[in-house]
Amino acid sequence: MGVFVLRRLALAVPSLLGISIVLFTVLALAPGDPFAELATNSNVPPEVRVHLRASLGLDDPVALRYLHWLAAMLRGDWGFSFISRIDVTTLIWQRVPVTLALIGSSQLLALAIALPVGTLSAVRPYSWFDRIASTIALAGFSLPTFFTGILLILVFSIKLDWLPFVYRADVEATGWAAAVEHVRQAIMPVVVLGLFQGAGWTRYVRSAVLDVVRLDHVTTARSKGLAERVVITRHVLRNALIPVVTLVALQMPTVFGGAIVTEQIFRIPGIGSLLIDAILRNDTPVIMGVTFVFSVLVILFNLVADLLYGLLDPRIAYR
Amino acid sequence: MSPWGEAWRRFRRHRMAVLSLGVLAALVAAVVLGPFAWHVPIDAIDFSATTQGPSAAHPFGTDDLGQDLLSRMLYGGRISLAVGIAAMGMAVVVGVTIGALAGISRGPVDAALMWVTDLFLSLPQLPLLLLLIYLFREPLKAVFGPEGGVFVMIVLVIGCFGWMQVARLVRAQFFSLREKEFVEAARALGATTPRVVWRHILPNALGPVIVAGTINVAAAIIAESTLSFLGLGFPPDIPTWGRLLFDSKDHLDIAAHWALFPGGAIFLTVMAINFVGDGLRDALDPRRVL
Repeated sequence: MGVFVLRRLALAVPSLLGISIVLFTVLALAPGDPFAELATNSNVPPEVRVHLRASLGLDDPVALRYLHWLAAMLRGDWGFSFISRIDVTTLIWQRVPVTLALIGSSQLLALAIALPVGTLSAVRPYSWFDRIASTIALAGFSLPTFFTGILLILVFSIKLDWLPFVYRADVEATGWAAAVEHVRQAIMPVVVLGLFQGAGWTRYVRSAVLDVVRLDHVTTARSKGLAERVVITRHVLRNALIPVVTLVALQMPTVFGGAIVTEQIFRIPGIGSLLIDAILRNDTPVIMGVTFVFSVLVILFNLVADLLYGLLDPRIAYR
Repeated sequence: MSPWGEAWRRFRRHRMAVLSLGVLAALVAAVVLGPFAWHVPIDAIDFSATTQGPSAAHPFGTDDLGQDLLSRMLYGGRISLAVGIAAMGMAVVVGVTIGALAGISRGPVDAALMWVTDLFLSLPQLPLLLLLIYLFREPLKAVFGPEGGVFVMIVLVIGCFGWMQVARLVRAQFFSLREKEFVEAARALGATTPRVVWRHILPNALGPVIVAGTINVAAAIIAESTLSFLGLGFPPDIPTWGRLLFDSKDHLDIAAHWALFPGGAIFLTVMAINFVGDGLRDALDPRRVL
């Protein structure tokens, strides 16, 4: 198992490098010269400008500039935000936990929906339950997060006035009241993201379980006289989860996209809304930093999925 | 019965797919022909009728400037659908090319192309879309004009992130098809590799590509609406459905209709396309008995 983990970690390095190359290429191809302003400023003599460019390494070959940039990113030297005048890393670290909490709890909700519904659908395919669940899953999967968010705000905040629609980090209460308030304002964002994910996953779980239920070892388990519940949870679900884990990992970029939209709708102070604010205010260092963090998170979750994969299917781990 | 006739027979079994095909046809007809029947200009400002609900004069109501939402939605629908179809076209062309190249050439070329595909699959799409738009909006605007520039860019970036699934499917199809007897027979007759690919393998690999392409249209429409909803897609004077939602979200308490119509339109379109994709999957998968 240890070798497997190490091998997976080693495989993550090239993808991280690949992503950093993509990011750097985008940045290098982007129009606009950081020294355009100096060029038009008559107080700065041209030779000073040339010297400045050379001292900052802007005239170096592309490969060298990439290595410099990569080294700076790896050292955690991501520059200063143009707007808030603090370190990009500090700014991002303040906000990462909020985003991770949002994504984590919505994934749990999605799993809590997808596993039972998908399994029940697949155990009795083309029954009434399956037809209704599949139709609802497809509809839910077609509802974009931004529209669900607006619908929930319309119903629960404006019409019924049950839940607050703006997320506030500083709740005016202490102890239990504060905790309750935090939960209340987290309900809608988590539900928006969780339902969207859950609908997609239900389809995956259903088709994966359908594939496994027909296999011989399931028939054997049934003929041994095991209870249906044991057959489904022990013999079917564990095997069905293997392809589901892969598909869920493939969905991670979409999950982060959904988190950005959700944070923007409910004004949650996570890295998604930080990204949008930075783009609207042309805060380039923050934009680059957040994009990089999102890339690293996607790779990290893919890694977790790979490890889970090895855990679920011992044949892969020991190969 | 011809293969396409057989596929149509199977498709008709999927009731929701047939219904969705009808809904989709109606939506396309509405946005293509609608502006010829409904003559209210999309930017006619009328301060005597702001944020009004649906009425005879404005069937879908008006926004905060008194602009008619029906004509804005008909106009925006054209753009949303055009973006969806153009981005799908690009994704399918890129995906089929890469998938076919990887599938026909074994060894290092295949490995390299699949590494690139996996890399693109693990890129965080929305942040990168936003980054690309932030960096390249101005120069493209200068080349293609404000509307054309944004259109070209949005189609390019959405297409760039949609081809991976198609490439994987095509590659998988190539792997099984190139070992089949009829391909061997074509080779024995002296057909060159491009001819084998074009005449014999690709037509047989088309089924999954059609399904993936259909789903791709829905994904592209959602991606475009998401960008517009974040205020980073089309400029404010071009009312795509996502843009209408973005504008409406600060007026939810007084003008719910303003959000419900465009949101409902996106939902209906995407759901109809997904159901049609489901039906096509049933119809074009020969292993499935119907």
